[in-house]
Amino acid sequence: MNTLVSALTLGHFLALGAVLFSISLAGIFLNRKNVIMLLMSIELMLLAVNVNFVAFSRSLGDPAGQVFVFFILTVAAAEAAIGLAILVTLFRNRRTIDVADIDTLKG
Amino acid sequence: MSTTLLIISKTLLLMVVLLPLLGAVLAGLFGRQIGRVGSHAITIAGVAASFLLSSYVMWQLLQGAAPFNENLYTWFQVGGIEANVGFMVDKLTAMMMVVVTFVSLLVHIYTIGYMAEDDGYQRFFSYISLFTFSMLMLVMSNNFLQLFFGWEAVGLVSYLLIGFWSKRPSAIFANLKAFLVNRVGDFGFLLGIAGVLFWIGTLDYATAFANAPTIRDTTVTIFAGTEWSVATIICIGLFVGAMGKSAQVPLHVWLPDSMEGPTPISALIHAATMVTAGIFMVARMSPIFELSPTALNFILFIGATTAFWTGLIGMVQNDIKRVVAYSTLSQLGYMTVALGLSAYSAAVYHLMTHAFFKALLFLAAGSVIIGMHHEQDMRKMGGLRKYMPITFITSLIGTLALVGTPFFSGFYSKDIIIEAAHHHASVHAGWVAQYANFAVLLGAFVTSFYSFRLLYMTFFGEERFRDAHAHDTHVHEASAHDTHHVDTHADDDHHDARGQHGVHEPHESPWVVTVPLILLAIPSVLIGFLTVGPMLFGTDMLGHEKQLPFFLGAIDVLKENDVIAKLADDFHGPIAFALHGLTAPAFFLALMGFLLATLLYLVKPEWRAGITRTLAWPIRVLENKYGFDDLWVGGFAGGSVKLGKLSRAFDSKLIDGVAVNGSAATVGFVAGLVRKLQSGYLYHYAFAMILGLVALLALANHYWT
Repeated sequence: MNTLVSALTLGHFLALGAVLFSISLAGIFLNRKNVIMLLMSIELMLLAVNVNFVAFSRSLGDPAGQVFVFFILTVAAAEAAIGLAILVTLFRNRRTIDVADIDTLKG
Repeated sequence: MSTTLLIISKTLLLMVVLLPLLGAVLAGLFGRQIGRVGSHAITIAGVAASFLLSSYVMWQLLQGAAPFNENLYTWFQVGGIEANVGFMVDKLTAMMMVVVTFVSLLVHIYTIGYMAEDDGYQRFFSYISLFTFSMLMLVMSNNFLQLFFGWEAVGLVSYLLIGFWSKRPSAIFANLKAFLVNRVGDFGFLLGIAGVLFWIGTLDYATAFANAPTIRDTTVTIFAGTEWSVATIICIGLFVGAMGKSAQVPLHVWLPDSMEGPTPISALIHAATMVTAGIFMVARMSPIFELSPTALNFILFIGATTAFWTGLIGMVQNDIKRVVAYSTLSQLGYMTVALGLSAYSAAVYHLMTHAFFKALLFLAAGSVIIGMHHEQDMRKMGGLRKYMPITFITSLIGTLALVGTPFFSGFYSKDIIIEAAHHHASVHAGWVAQYANFAVLLGAFVTSFYSFRLLYMTFFGEERFRDAHAHDTHVHEASAHDTHHVDTHADDDHHDARGQHGVHEPHESPWVVTVPLILLAIPSVLIGFLTVGPMLFGTDMLGHEKQLPFFLGAIDVLKENDVIAKLADDFHGPIAFALHGLTAPAFFLALMGFLLATLLYLVKPEWRAGITRTLAWPIRVLENKYGFDDLWVGGFAGGSVKLGKLSRAFDSKLIDGVAVNGSAATVGFVAGLVRKLQSGYLYHYAFAMILGLVALLALANHYWT
C-alpha cells in the first residue's frame, strides 16, 4: 500500500487529469451527433479538473482544494440539470438534438 | 462767330447718348402699346436726333471748339479709385459718333423694310437703339471703366441680335459662340485695364495718357528670370480685348457665324460699328501703345494674318452674307495692320470709309435676300441685275470702293495702309514687317477676287433661281449644314403664301431699303476723296495748303514711328494720289483679281470645275476655315467639356468610388471573410475557446516572471 502510494506521484494524478480532459475535449468536437454527448463531455472535463484539485490538495496538504471540489460537484449537478432542461426545450422546438443541425448562429 | 457756338454743351452730349436709350426703352418695354409704327418712329426719331447733334458737335470741333472732357457723375469712390461717368469728345470721338449714328440711322430705316414680316419687330428696334446707345457710351467715354461698360454692352446687344431668331438652333449656337469668344478677349482686356490701374494708377484717360511715359522703363518679373516691360503687358492685354471685339485671328471665329442674325444687324454691328470698337480703342490708347514696340509688332502680325488669310476663306464661301463677313474680317485686319504700323489715323480713317461701304454691301446683300425671299445661297441666284437695278448699282459702288478702285473712298484708306506697310517694311528689317507688307499687298488681289465673284454670282450669269427647286436636293447636300435652316425658313414663309412651288421672281426692294443704300453709296464714293487730305495728311481738301492735323491731341504718335507723316511728304492732293495709285502694285493685283473673277464667273464658268478639281485640297482647307472652328469648338470648348467629364469621372470614380464606397466595400469584404468563421456549430466555438486558452496559457507560461 505504501509502496503503491509512494509510487503514485503527483505527476500521475496530473497525467490522469490531462488524459480525462483531453478525452472530454475530443468528445466535444469530434462528436457530430448528439448534444447529450456534449453535456457529458463537459461533465467529464469538470471531473478532470476535480482530479487536479484533489491531487494538488493532497500533495500540498491544503484542504482548500478539496473544498473547491465540492463546490464544483454542486455546480456540475446544477449545470447538468439546466443543461438537460435546455436540451428538452431544444428538442421540443427543433425536433432534433443533432449537433450538426444546430447552427442558427452561422454567419 | 459767337463764342458760345464753340463750346460743346454737356446737355447736348447727354442727349446724343440718352435719346437712343429712351427709344430703346420705349420700344422695348411698351412696344405692344405703341405698336409697330410707334416703335420704329420713336427709335428712328431718337437716332436721327442723335445723328444731327453728333454732326453739330463735329461741326463745332471743326470750327475750332476745344475738346470736351468732363466727368458728369461719380458712380463710386473707393480709396484712391474713382469711377466716373464722363465724356471725352475730341475729333476722333466725334468722327466715331457721326459714323455710328449715321449708319445706325440708315439701318433703322432699312429695318422697316427688312423686318416687315417679322414678329419681333418692336424688339428688334429696341435692340438696335440700345446698341446705338452702348456704342456711343463706348466711344464717348473718358475713362476705362465706362469704356468697359460700353464694351460689354455692345457685346450683350450683339449676343441678343445674333440670336434674334432664337428658334433656330444655329442662331443660338452662333450667339453663344460670339459671347464666349468675346469673353476670352475681354479677359485680356480686363487684365489690360487692371494693368493701367495698377501701374499708372488711374482710370481716367487724360491722366493715364499724361502719365503713360512714366511706365516706359518699368519692368516686372512674371516668371523667374524674365523681365517683362509693363507697357507691353498692358498693351497686349488691351489688344487681346480688341482681338475679340474686332475679330482678329484667332478670335475671329465668331464673326462669320454672327451672320445668323438679321442682315441689318450684320451691317450695323458686325461690319460698320461694333467690330471697329477694338480698332477705335487701340487708336484711343495710342499714347500707351506707342510705348511698346513689341506690342505693336504683335498687333502688326495678328493684323496681317487676319487681313490675308481670312480673305482667302471668303473666296470659297457660297452664302452671300458670309462672303461679306469674311471680307469684313479681312478689312479689320487691314485696320489692325495700320495700328501695328503706328498709323493710327490711317486705321481710323479706314474704319470710317469701311463703315460706309461695308454697311452698304451688307444692306445690299440684305436687299438681295429680301428679293430672293430669304434665300442666301449665291448658287441659287444669278442674273439679278435686271430685277434689282438699284441694289445692283449700289452693290457695284460698294464693291468698287472695297477693292480700292482709285477715287473711291476705299482706295484712299486702303492704299495708305498698303503704302504705310511698304514704307515700314523698307525701314524695318524684321520678318513681321515684310510679312505684313506682303499680306496687305496680296490681300488686295484676294479682296478683289471674292468681291467680284460675289457680284457675278449674284447679279450676272444665268438665272439660277428658276431651277433652284429642281436642284434643291443637290444643293442641300453640297451646301454647308448651317445654311439648311435658312432654306427651310424661307420655304415655310413663302411657299405657303403662294400655295404652289413655282419660281420666285425676284423683285426690287421697297424704298425704305433702297434709300439707305443710295445714302450709303454717296459717302462710299466721295468721303475718301474729300477727307484724305484733312484727316490724314494735315492739308486742306485738295492737298494744297497745310493745316493742323485732324487728330492732333487725340492720337499720339512718336516722331520716329510716324509713317503717315513720312507719307505726307509725298502727298500732293487726292487726285495726284489716285493717279499715282493707278501705277501701284496694289492696283495691278486688284485688277488681276477682277480679271480672274471675270474669267471664271462670267466668261468661262465651265473652267471652274477643272480648277476646283485641281485645287481640291487647298479649297477643302479653306472650306474648313483652316480648322479654327474645330480648334475652338472641338479643341477648346470640346476640351473643356472633356476636362469636365474627366473631373466628373475623377469625382465619381476616385472620390466616390475608391475613397467613399471603397472603404465601405473593404469593410464589407472583410466582414464577408470573417463571417465564414461563424459556422454556428457549438463545438467550433468551444474548440476556439480551448485553443485561445491554450494560447494564453502558453503566453503566460512564457512571459510570466
